[in-house]
Amino acid sequence: MPKMKIDGIEIEVPAGISVLQACEMAGIEIPRFCYHERLSIAGNCRMCLVEQEKAPKPIASCAMPVMEGMVIHTNTPMVKKARNGVMEFLLINHPLDCPICDQGGECDLQDQAMAYGYDRSRFHENKRAVPDKELGPLVKTSMNRCIQCTRCVRFATEVAGIEDLGATGRGEQMEITTYVQRTLTSELSGNIVDLCPVGALTSKPYAFNARPWELRKTQSIDVMDALGSNIRIDTRGREVMRVLPRINEDINEEWIADKTRHAIDGLKRQRLDRPYVRRNGKLQPVDWTEAFDVIATRLKDVAGAKIAAIVGDQCDAEAMLALKDLMAALGSSAVECRQDGAQLDASVRGAYLFNAGIAGIDRADAILLVGANPRWEAPVLNARIRKRYLAGKVRIGLIGEVPMDLTYPVERLGHGPSALDDVAEGRLAFLDALKGAKNPMIILGQGALCRPDGAAVLARTRVLAESVNAVRDDWNGFCVLHTAAARVAALDLGLVTPGGIEGVFAGCEKGDIEVVYLLAADEFDMKRLGKAFVIYQGHHGDAGAHRADVVLPGAAYAEKPGIYANTEGRIQLARRAGFPPGEAREDWAILRALSAVLGKKLPYDSLDQLRQRLVQANPVFAALDRQEAGAWGTFGTPGAMGDAPFRSPIANYYMTCPISRASQTMAACTAVRQAQQQALAAE
Amino acid sequence: MLADEDRIFRNLYGFDDWGLDGARRRGIWDNTAALLAMGPAAIIDEIKKSGLRGRGGAGFPTGLKWSFMPKEVGERPHYLVVNADESEPGTCKDRDIMRHDPHLLIEGCLVAGFAMKAHVAYIYVRGEFYDEAVKLEAAIRQAYDAGLIGRNACGSGWDFDVYVHRGAGAYICGEETALLESLEGKKGMPRLKPPFPAGAGLYGCPSTVNNVESIAVAPTILRRGATWFAGIGRPNNTGTKLFCISGHVNKPCNVEEAMGIPLRELIDKHAGGVRGGWDNLLAVIPGGASVPLIPKSICDDVLMDFDSLRNVQSGLGTAAVIVMDKSTDIIKAIARLAYFYKHESCGQCTPCREGTGWMWRVMERMVVGNARIEEIDVLHDVTKQVEGHTICALGDAAAWPIQGLIRHFRPEMERRINESKTRRMAAE
Repeated sequence: MPKMKIDGIEIEVPAGISVLQACEMAGIEIPRFCYHERLSIAGNCRMCLVEQEKAPKPIASCAMPVMEGMVIHTNTPMVKKARNGVMEFLLINHPLDCPICDQGGECDLQDQAMAYGYDRSRFHENKRAVPDKELGPLVKTSMNRCIQCTRCVRFATEVAGIEDLGATGRGEQMEITTYVQRTLTSELSGNIVDLCPVGALTSKPYAFNARPWELRKTQSIDVMDALGSNIRIDTRGREVMRVLPRINEDINEEWIADKTRHAIDGLKRQRLDRPYVRRNGKLQPVDWTEAFDVIATRLKDVAGAKIAAIVGDQCDAEAMLALKDLMAALGSSAVECRQDGAQLDASVRGAYLFNAGIAGIDRADAILLVGANPRWEAPVLNARIRKRYLAGKVRIGLIGEVPMDLTYPVERLGHGPSALDDVAEGRLAFLDALKGAKNPMIILGQGALCRPDGAAVLARTRVLAESVNAVRDDWNGFCVLHTAAARVAALDLGLVTPGGIEGVFAGCEKGDIEVVYLLAADEFDMKRLGKAFVIYQGHHGDAGAHRADVVLPGAAYAEKPGIYANTEGRIQLARRAGFPPGEAREDWAILRALSAVLGKKLPYDSLDQLRQRLVQANPVFAALDRQEAGAWGTFGTPGAMGDAPFRSPIANYYMTCPISRASQTMAACTAVRQAQQQALAAE
Repeated sequence: MLADEDRIFRNLYGFDDWGLDGARRRGIWDNTAALLAMGPAAIIDEIKKSGLRGRGGAGFPTGLKWSFMPKEVGERPHYLVVNADESEPGTCKDRDIMRHDPHLLIEGCLVAGFAMKAHVAYIYVRGEFYDEAVKLEAAIRQAYDAGLIGRNACGSGWDFDVYVHRGAGAYICGEETALLESLEGKKGMPRLKPPFPAGAGLYGCPSTVNNVESIAVAPTILRRGATWFAGIGRPNNTGTKLFCISGHVNKPCNVEEAMGIPLRELIDKHAGGVRGGWDNLLAVIPGGASVPLIPKSICDDVLMDFDSLRNVQSGLGTAAVIVMDKSTDIIKAIARLAYFYKHESCGQCTPCREGTGWMWRVMERMVVGNARIEEIDVLHDVTKQVEGHTICALGDAAAWPIQGLIRHFRPEMERRINESKTRRMAAE
């Protein structure tokens, strides 16, 4: 550990860090633009210059490694002069358009100009003009403001793994551009807006909508995929204005996917803001009492066995438990969460968790993807695999049809179950890679489970994991990658039925099930519900509400406090950022109120009491923000597997849930992506 | 004046055969195996003792630079990279070495490469040097055919390959790390240092980048001994040097002379004197476009070597002497250089990207006097804000000529501003 002296402070720092990091450890702030912890070091903005004793020139602290006995000064006239100078250079060609710039109020250049800039300009020449670039529906450019820090370029090439962005020209003529004008082909493109230290790249959907100081900031959890990315929801009044990432090293580091960030305009469209009841084939608005009365009348004298419930992909654990309790009170145990037909096994927790943890990817040295397309199912997790690939010495295999570049090279081993057999039985050399690895990891996607032979695939994969020593006390490399944010919590609550979703459908079709309660469940063909009486409780007028006989308006994820378990089984708390529209209410409260009308009053009157009940139902819910491998057992059903290739259940990344389907931004992204694919196909 | 027998570059003017036969006649490739038999350590030591300083402009001791390479070859191979991207305005010495005496360079590559345990040398030739690259390639082929390089070069048991790579004509690619980037096929942008090339250079392997002239003189130094080389010139500024004299002289030329020769003697003896006589001299840029100019008063008695020129706040640089007589619009001349640096800035780091354009635009106004007196100070301040704050030395190179101008010709700049003001007022 080198010892050094910074502004007279003696400090011992870890070897290999930069002078800038050492200064931060000593509590001294160093201004910077190009430097970013998660990107490679460019050293080009020159804002972080500090003085090193015995060095003839100021040094770029971001790029200089610490050395034993270094003496650094950050407050000398030399440093001040250097910072003032660099700041002046950055500003001479930067437009003075702060009043109309979306970055205003959260602009690094603005902030640092206050601290290090001159109060007037000495530049009397014409400012440089740079043509704006078209980067698609999410990123707005105003290239006059660009200070060429290249953060966006480095993010795109390093983290997102696309080589769309680069710099052309040299000297003053240097421009950040896409070479040939094209939309960014990444599901992580929104992050370059966060990275841009100035207003050159701003959010297109959010353009001119709000100022940062008007916004109320709420810490929450994302539900667009099963990662549980940590987010901050910014609201103004009732309206969700934008979503930004929060740092969580174990999950999303500092990134979020584009759907997480930009599907929020869907929260304003197609909303259910009052109860409806179907009369003469048409949904008619009613009040809560009437809706509840219709349900009570219909449920009267219906045996518990004739009632089933299906929970959706974005439900909070509290609502799901309240539904389970209500169903139990009605005499039904048929609550099913696997609406996509996934043959997940809820018997032991290890059977359905991403046991190694997302951060475990960093330690894995052989990764086999089975029926997963992480790029679309969890873009941030995909970036983590890419990060692992860049760190080197890892082999990545893929079984399944993934018709796209995953942003890192993969060994394509085959499309379907036979390839899984080939690996397991050593006919493909990848088995040796798994066996030879210290931490082998098998990522099992929903594409391998949402199929009739899913249980057999699950069992086969379990056996493979055990045979390559992926399941040990110190490492469990058996990782299920979920696509639904609610799924793990639902499995923790045991919301599975013996026959699965097909059993429920069969019951409906045969008439054994007369009433189906949908808790925001929209992701299946509603025709399968037969003639059943459907109660739909949810937030969007999507498939479920169209089929429903009674619609109860609930709250979307941003509008209710809730507990979610991500694909790793990590329990996280989301906070309420706004209120549901109109007469819509929080979901657990609707169920609690309905239970009273049905005469089966649930034993909790507040969310706190419900949460206590939740912990009682499964103690895992008490351990917030912790991740550990689940209990191991014998799960899955060994048997014959079919020939069909594994295909990801996600056909269009941008539209996977009622919220994203209602989003105009996501529709625009879909259109652009389809046009790109058509153009590609035409070539 | 340098004695003829002390010349290293005996075919500088191309009067003799550039090929292998001519080279052998001039003593090149004469028992090179014996030089290699000295062993790497002894070669580096000899170069150190000779006091040879890098001929590319910065004047860093060559032997010391070679000694920074790892003593033993580890996992990664060593590379010798020769910087033949000669683009400094006024400089044309490497060009003549390559077209008239290429074997001098190739032999130097072998000796230097062997000393640094490199099996491969890359010669990065400026894109515009088409003929030079062709000649160099032909000479390399001759050397291969004669067994002088390639497997078991000169029978020494050392395998040595030489490759020529042509650049695309960007000034910045003459900066050693930008050159490495360009050689790797990337955009020519200087790298951050540390790490230095001797630690992580070409493809991340230990590499040394040397100027053509530095490499070309090495075999002769070894043949004739460090003491001979050190005996020429002045302490710490030893040996012979190629000077490129251009501008307002009667006979512009390249000439090999002893370091420390008085500037006036250099111009008068070799370049036929200043056009219109010594008294018609206005100023001289003594070391290529990037060093500050010196006015006649300093030119009268300054010596042409690293230390003397540094003492007068200029530099030897590449020893490209640009002579300007009194007919020169000195402000316009420097403005043209400012444009050059603005044009050649790579755009990577802020002070240079933004500063070079600013300086050039102000200089253009200074040419016609369309400025205020205070702006001279602003301009000087801007040069100081660029200098020393950039990744590579291009920022410094852009700042120094303007600093030199302000230092020595401020009265002329003020006169022009005042004149312009008077003219404007009269017109109103």
